[in-house]
Amino acid sequence: MSEKFRYSYFPGCSLMATNRAYDISTRNVAKTLGIELEEVDDWNCCGATAYMPIREKRAFVLSARNLAIASKKKDQPLATVCNACYVVLKKTNKYMAENSTLKQEIRTALLAGGMDYDGTVGVRHLLDVIVNEIGEAKVLKHVVRNLSGLRVACYSGCQLSRPFSDCDDPEYPKMMERLASWLGAEPVYFPLSAKCCGAMAMTTSRETGYALGGQILHAAKQQGAHCIVTACPLCQFNLEGYQDEISRATGKESQIPVLYFTQLLGCALGLSGQELALSESLTPVKPLLENRVGSL
Amino acid sequence: MNPAESAAICQEFLDSVYTIPHGEKIKECIQCGTCSASCPSSAAMEYGPREIIASLRAGMLDKVLSSNTVWLCVSCYSCTVRCPAAIPFTDVMYELKRIQTEKKVSKDTGPTVMAKSFVAVVDKYGRNHETELLRKYFFQTNPFDGIRNIPLALRLIYRKRFHLRPRKIKGLTALKKMMSAIDNHRKEQP
Ligand code: SF4
Ligand code: SF4
Repeated sequence: MSEKFRYSYFPGCSLMATNRAYDISTRNVAKTLGIELEEVDDWNCCGATAYMPIREKRAFVLSARNLAIASKKKDQPLATVCNACYVVLKKTNKYMAENSTLKQEIRTALLAGGMDYDGTVGVRHLLDVIVNEIGEAKVLKHVVRNLSGLRVACYSGCQLSRPFSDCDDPEYPKMMERLASWLGAEPVYFPLSAKCCGAMAMTTSRETGYALGGQILHAAKQQGAHCIVTACPLCQFNLEGYQDEISRATGKESQIPVLYFTQLLGCALGLSGQELALSESLTPVKPLLENRVGSL
Repeated sequence: MNPAESAAICQEFLDSVYTIPHGEKIKECIQCGTCSASCPSSAAMEYGPREIIASLRAGMLDKVLSSNTVWLCVSCYSCTVRCPAAIPFTDVMYELKRIQTEKKVSKDTGPTVMAKSFVAVVDKYGRNHETELLRKYFFQTNPFDGIRNIPLALRLIYRKRFHLRPRKIKGLTALKKMMSAIDNHRKEQP
């Protein structure tokens, strides 16, 4: 009997617009690997990094509402591909478990809107599911294109491996590198894998944002990477969207294709350019991959 | 700010830090500076993470709150995972951001406008809507900056990456009830 991989899927707001390609490629990759993703019904904003500092308790309620809906599917964990959603959802679970007053407050609030949540829905990042649960052997069964010769900078981002996560090393994450090497790609030495991409500073404190994003872009180029692979919509957007500005601000050439790990994996799984929404990238991701594997 | 006022802010801040899980660990800071050395933004901050705790102990938190410091925190959790005293410093930063906006210690700057606009948009729809968020943000900060971003916006629209119309969640009314329940709960707390 074949194992069932079924998860509640939490796309998150940015996957509905700016990072649509991440949503499209995620769904298609999951389908190919036999992971069933059931979208959380009528989900709301996760509580997000930008909400937390203004109304912390409300942020927990936002997050808990999603988990409450997901908890209706008994014993079904939730998966997301956004690091920021991941960290907030995990944090809500952890703080509910550690602080009974907070838990009670959150439950009372949910109840006012006719819901309840006991704090027990498992929260996973899809990269973790693919690497640690599906595993190399099963992934390789579906691989039809070899990515050998493609030098990739595996950039996990800061919030995936810390501090509520147990799936990867908080300083030097390795999950994505493992996945890339299963596919035949060559991960370059990239100790900045868990450094910040610039996050909200990219819009609100530009100088700081450009310096942080620039570090990542320049380190990847210096290591001779052909592209940067990301696991978070905000990282991806910050790194692809401001390359010209960063070049101008830092005086260093900063152009490099930036793709989602689902696009890299999907390419190896034989998915088409359309199934991976490659044409929505601001950087030349499609030509880069076509150069390796032929027309997509 | 006079010394009494700044002492009051320090106390209020500490009280709220003690309500976060492991917040009491803040008392155990050994001033080693690991947080500042790990912080990607500390170079740009007027006061680095270690100095924030030092200012708190000196009763001078208002200096930190009226500087550019707290909103340069990008929530990367580097300090939190590395602190030898296990202080959840990222959460401490969230408390500082909140107290700064609530107390109106300094006037709104880019990051506070962004965070407040974000909250307003999410409260209205249940989800973020990037177009409305950026419109609000640039309108209140620097419309000229908004204009500078038009080429990027056009590249996104061309690639169908902008939703022009916001979408509300179905359970918005119930969500609003939940929100007012948590707000009231908060007020009832001593
Ligand atoms: S790392 Fe921890 S103990 Fe060291 S100065 Fe920072 S907060 Fe204090
Ligand atoms: S969470 Fe904030 S204060 Fe801590 S290291 Fe990251 S940016 Fe600095």
